[in-house]
Amino acid sequence: MSGGASAEGIEPQSLISTEIEALASSYRQAGVEESQPRLAYPPYRSSLLRHPTRELYDVDPETIERWAPCFGVRDVDPLESDLTSGHAGAPIGERITVTGRVVDGGGQPVRGQLVEIWQANAAGRYIHRRDQHPAPLDPNFTGAGRCLTDDDGRYRFQTIKPGPYPWRNHFNAWRPAHIHFSVFGAAFTQRLVTQMYFPADPLLALDPIYQSIVDPRARDRLIAAYDHGLTSHEWATGYRWDIVLTGGRQTSFEPEDAS
Amino acid sequence: MTLAATPGQTVGPFFHYCLPYSGARDLVPPGRPGSLLLHGRVLDGAGAGIQDALVEIWQSGPDGAVPRAAGSIHRDGWTFTGFGRASTGRDGCYAFSTVPPAPTEPGKPAFFAVTVFARGLLNRLFTRAYLPGDDAALAADPLLASLPQERRRTLVASRDEQGFVFDIHLQGADETVFLRFQGL
Repeated sequence: MSGGASAEGIEPQSLISTEIEALASSYRQAGVEESQPRLAYPPYRSSLLRHPTRELYDVDPETIERWAPCFGVRDVDPLESDLTSGHAGAPIGERITVTGRVVDGGGQPVRGQLVEIWQANAAGRYIHRRDQHPAPLDPNFTGAGRCLTDDDGRYRFQTIKPGPYPWRNHFNAWRPAHIHFSVFGAAFTQRLVTQMYFPADPLLALDPIYQSIVDPRARDRLIAAYDHGLTSHEWATGYRWDIVLTGGRQTSFEPEDAS
Repeated sequence: MTLAATPGQTVGPFFHYCLPYSGARDLVPPGRPGSLLLHGRVLDGAGAGIQDALVEIWQSGPDGAVPRAAGSIHRDGWTFTGFGRASTGRDGCYAFSTVPPAPTEPGKPAFFAVTVFARGLLNRLFTRAYLPGDDAALAADPLLASLPQERRRTLVASRDEQGFVFDIHLQGADETVFLRFQGL
């Protein structure tokens, strides 16, 4: 297939972008602030049959939901936070440090909790049997890491900058470069899986997954900041990205018989 | 002070080499006396199994206590941590080896707290899989009592010879009730 023309039966980016803009426009006119992705977001075609059609049901958390699983030093080896190690050689790509704090809505650090990440390699290829993108695998890069937050809620990973990669949402669709994050809070209710993006990526405007967060300020919260203070001399550039979980133990923990 | 929460995003299709780990679905070793299977399918709006979903459970122990022990990733075979994670197979099936949760307070029904992730699902979903049997406790539960019968039944697991069955319908006539926690 040559660039520019869309393959027969496959929708072009222009159609997806028109849908994205129409939803953004109606959001601006509605004037009701949203802070999370829409579950029903048709430009992301895979969501069509995979989103609930009924409103989420409001409920008070029960005791078990006010607590979260514990992870400890037996679960996570400190070496797992360095995605550039553990292989025979060094991975190809821009070496980067990604760090930040995990806090709750009250600004309190989430201490000693599990953070997991996974990502494509520098060429935009995942080490996954279902990734058929004909970009090279890197024998020195798996792209999965773990760490526990410290007493200040801080996590830190050494990795390489992932590349953008094509996907099949529409013709000539490319995901912006991103790192997947899985985060636990102090309560079950705070569980978060999300994606961290890089500043000034031209693919962000075209991406229906990122744009499913229709509020511009809300989706900006997924973009890490380049931080020269984290950049290390002749070694790696640094990005800072803080994660805020919903609510917090302080706000969610009330006596059971308070009513 | 309330800081704005970081938005969620889909887990995508490529989580399998990071999130599931050896033993992730076995809260207790399979086949241990007293163990049971919690299993079911994650289904889309057309009734098809979703082969790239991930289900997590978090539960009390058989004594009703909230587990506070680490060790869910490197399990020692003895410590009950209350947490499990299972990816779905090609038919959308997931399964956990576990023990039944018990009520955390007298008179309350026992349930598994469940989180669902999938490619195509833009944010995680929370639900509950209540254990069948204790009709008085189920009837007194504030969530179940507030739901019409046809929605209530989507939250109550059924029994089979191996344990409990809990199907999760992301969409459709049998759409599972998914939760948003108050004040969060």
